[in-house]
Formats: sequence, C-alpha cells, structure tokens
Amino acid sequence: MDIKRVKDYFYWLYFQYLLITCSYVLEPWEQSMFHTITVTVLAMVLYTAYVFIPIHVRLAFEFFSQMFGGQSESTV
Amino acid sequence: MANPSAVCNGHLHHQKQNNLLKSGTSKKNGITKGIKKNGVSNGSLSKKAFIEHFEQAPMYVAVLTFVGFGVGTIFGYLRDFMRAWGLEKRNVATEREQQKDFVPLYQDFENFYTRNLYMRIRDNWNRPICSVPGPQFDLMERVTDDYNWTFRFTGRTIKNVINMGSYNYLGFAETDADALKTVAKELQKYGTGICSTRQEMGNLDKHVELEKLVARFLGVEDAMVFGMGFATNSMNIPALVGKGCLILSDELNHTSLVLGARLSGATIRIFKHNNIQSLESLLRDAIIYGQPRSRRAWRKIIILVEGIYSMEGSIVRLPEIVSLKRKYKAYLYLDEAHSIGAVGATGRGVVEYFGMNPDDVDVLMGTFTKSFGAAGGYIAGKKDLVDFLRTHSHSAVYATSMCPPVAEQIIRAMKCLMGLDGTTQGLQRVQKLGKNTRYFRRRLHEMGFIIYGNDDSPVVPLLLFMPGKIGAFARRMLEKNIGVVVVGFPATPITESRARFCVSAAHTREMLDTVLNALDELGDFLQLKYSRYSKSAHPELYEETRFELED
Repeated sequence: MDIKRVKDYFYWLYFQYLLITCSYVLEPWEQSMFHTITVTVLAMVLYTAYVFIPIHVRLAFEFFSQMFGGQSESTV
Repeated sequence: MANPSAVCNGHLHHQKQNNLLKSGTSKKNGITKGIKKNGVSNGSLSKKAFIEHFEQAPMYVAVLTFVGFGVGTIFGYLRDFMRAWGLEKRNVATEREQQKDFVPLYQDFENFYTRNLYMRIRDNWNRPICSVPGPQFDLMERVTDDYNWTFRFTGRTIKNVINMGSYNYLGFAETDADALKTVAKELQKYGTGICSTRQEMGNLDKHVELEKLVARFLGVEDAMVFGMGFATNSMNIPALVGKGCLILSDELNHTSLVLGARLSGATIRIFKHNNIQSLESLLRDAIIYGQPRSRRAWRKIIILVEGIYSMEGSIVRLPEIVSLKRKYKAYLYLDEAHSIGAVGATGRGVVEYFGMNPDDVDVLMGTFTKSFGAAGGYIAGKKDLVDFLRTHSHSAVYATSMCPPVAEQIIRAMKCLMGLDGTTQGLQRVQKLGKNTRYFRRRLHEMGFIIYGNDDSPVVPLLLFMPGKIGAFARRMLEKNIGVVVVGFPATPITESRARFCVSAAHTREMLDTVLNALDELGDFLQLKYSRYSKSAHPELYEETRFELED
C-alpha cells in the first residue's frame, strides 16, 4: 500500500513536469527526445557543480579570510 | 408578477420600471434593495457594490507559461523542418506540383500556431453533440489514430455529460413537449422556410408580434429582429455610422462588433477594457482635436460596449459610461448578447441590473441565442431609430428573416420571463440562475482558483495559464463526464488561457456539486489553485470599487 502511494506520488511529479514544460502535448518520440535533452543538460549542470563548486568555495573562503585575517595581524 | 401594461400614449414611463422594482421583485441574497429616487435624471440608482476580480498570477506561473510555449515552438519548428524536407508526411493543404513556382497560396508561417500547437490538442473542440444542449447532453465518442489530424467515430455515445459550456443561461433549450406546444403548432402552420428577405415577402405577422413583445420586454418604443445575432451587429453598425464618424470601442469587444465597425468605414479608436479614464481621455481628445487632418468636428461619436464580456465575465460600468456620454454628447450602443435574460432582477439585462432607464442607452442590441434558446438578434430603441433601420439595414434588405418556429420559441420564452403565461416560472428561472451563479463563484473562490469577472455574471472563466494544462484539463473533465469549454491563445492573451464555465438555471444543486468536486480534485492534481486569497470570508481582500454617479 505504501509502495503504491510512493509510486503514485512519483507519477504525479512526473506529470507536473510534463504539464509545466508542455511536453504533455508532444508525440511519444518527441517526448523521448525532449526527456533525453533535458536529462543530458541537467546531468551536465550537476557534474559541473560537483567539480567546480567546492574548489570555488574554498578559494573564496581563503581570499576573504586572508583579507580580514591579514588585517587583524597587521594592527598588532 | 406580470408586467403592468407598459404602453401609455406611445411612451414608456420610467415610473413603470420603478414600480416593478419597488414591488419587491428585486431581491438579492434575500435582501430587498430599496430604490432611491434621485431627482429627475437616473431616477432609481441602487448603490450596490461592483465587485470584480482580475487577480494576477504569481510570477513563476507566467515564466513557466512562456517556457511551455517555447518548448512547443521549438518542436513546431522541428516538425515543420521535417515536413519541408520530406521526412514526414504533410497533412496540411499544399499546392499542386504544377503550381510550385507560382506565388504561394498557403502562407505557411501564419498557420504555424494552428499546425503545431492547436492540432495537438484539437480533440477538445468541435465535439459532436447528439442531443439537446440542456444541463446534460450526449456526446459522440471519437478517437484519433494520427494525433488529431483525422478522427473516426467509435459508434458509442457518452450519455448525460454535464454541460458547463452552453450559453443556456435560463434553461430554455429544452425538449419538454408541453413547453414546446405553441412552437409545434406554429411549425405546422408556417413550416420552416421563409424564402425571402424582410423587405420583400419575408415580413410575417409573427415578426411584428415578436417585435412588439421585445419592445415591451425591454421598456423601449420599438424593436426590430434579425435572423442571425452576428449579422445583427456586423450589418447594422455600417447602417448607423459611416465615414467621418468616430467609433470608440472596448478592447475586448466581440468579433461581430469589430467587423461591423470596420465595415462601416468610420475611424475606430480603442479604449482599455472597462476603463472609464481611458474612455474619457479619448472622448476629450476627439472633441478637442476633431477629425485627423481637417480638424472638423466628428459627425457622430458612438461608444460600443457589451453588457457582459464573454471571455472575462466582467459587466460593463454602465452608469459611468452613460454619464460620460451625456457630458460629451456621444451615442451609446450596448450589445447585450450575454446579459439579456441573465442579469437583472427580472432578467431585463444590465440596464435593469444597474437600475437605469432604457432611454439612457441609444441603441440596445441583443441576441436570442443565449438566454432564449433560439437564434437571431434584435435592435431596440427609439421608434425613429428602428424605422431608419427597417429601410437602411443591410440585414433587412438582403438577409432572410427569422423563421416562424424560432420566432415562436422566443415569444414563448419571453412571455414566460415576463409572467404573461400566468406562471412565475420565468422569474423563478432568473432567480435560480442568480443563486447558481453566486454559489458556483463563491465555492470556486473558496477552493483557491483564480476566477475572473463580476460576482453576478453567469460566465465564469477559470484561469489555467499553461498551455500543457489546457488539453489535460479538458480531457480529464470529459473522463469525469463533464463537458467544458477551454480557450487558448488567439481568443485570449497568450499567458491567460482559461476554461470558461456557463452556469445555467437548469443546473441542479447536485450537478453543480458534482462539477465542483471534480474541479477540486482536478485542481489539486493539475495544480491549478493559484489564488493567494483562498477564503471569500474576507471581502476587503478583493478589489472593490463602489461607484458614485455624478451628474
């Protein structure tokens, strides 16, 4: 029973995605093409985020801490 | 509650109208509104609240709507490309091989939207009905094998689909044999063909009887009826105005008014929908600057408005427009196609709804298609105007006049409405319609949908916004045995596609509850409840304009 509710919920989410992007009106082969493109773009975005964001965050943190940390050292 | 005999020395006194209203027949929500007589002009003016809603959707909805149209457009280009390069069969009209070098006959890009977006969800329109379009009807089931390019009928009929799309406001579209007795008699007496125009051999005694009745119903001097409602507008406006006249037309006027205005050859200026400031500034400019190059005064200035706008559900601001027209000496043409029979305490349209004198409006036009269950239109007003139209209207000279059984149907519906058949059935229908309308709108507001229009109008547009939801909504409602009309881009602005419900006096409370429950469920499933004000118990949250009439 629970599995059915979860499956229904995921179907509902998928249906919302179809409605919002207007792919509900497309023919099946067009829908497959659209899903492939969307998934590919999403995968690329996620991969780029995974590769670059931690490095950027660390560099930004170092930059700002050096700026403020360096200031307090010089006033001693 | 019969209307006291309204003709007296050839004039219709406004006092008669007042008496009708004073006798307590004007009831709203069970409270009788007292009518105040304000001196000479505009005798009875009930200061009722004019509540209209045009709530804007949240920003993300507009963004997603454009995203949806963008996806549709991209795939449209892709399919067009495939069709042009022969990768796919072309189902649209194309020229013959021998004509390929000629000037193109079918301008492909103009039909882009039709070909690529409308075709995909086309099964929601033009559904064939096989019974009378009363509160319920039967549909012929049809399926498509090639994505809506062609349909075939399975042979099955879907029975008793609840009808939320027909303009059957008072429920006169019925097949009850008792009700149609007189119509059947007239059909036996006259047959169905007229085979002539009004000015030649097509002027029957039935038309004269009907015109007298219409004039009496509306409280005016005379009226003229035509065979077709659309033709009433498009053929009579050219007879009334011509070159050198100015037409001020509302933004959202019906195609028949626009066509009539363009055919007349007059200058047309558009004012914002129901916006009095816009209309006043146009009137002032027209009077101050006159005609474009010669600076002469305009021969005539006529304002074209509708009683109820069928796509918005809004009611015209008649008192303010009448005061403007008096101040600037313009003429007023009121198209009451949807409001005659549907609003007003006794069903006499927006003029009665605002408690005004029918003499205030110069040309009263309406149709019999909506509330009277027949076909045709009328123009009513002063005797001079109607006599002029009898000779000069294109419709009278060239178009076949109304056929007698249809005229009899209008006569019996009108007599029922006025109470002349000895029953109170007409008034009951009007009140039932008012109750149904208020109930339906209140429940929809409470559920959280965005509904446009005035609280008293039986036309209820429910906003869907996203193009993907148009098809899904209509199909799912049909699965639940409810027939709705959905409207998309060319008829409405691109971001505001909607489902339009027409409440009828023939709908029972159970039918409305069935529809409302289905809408509730579907609203949650399709995420249509965009409204930020969900409870109607706080009226101060709505935009409310109390109009004060200044003379």
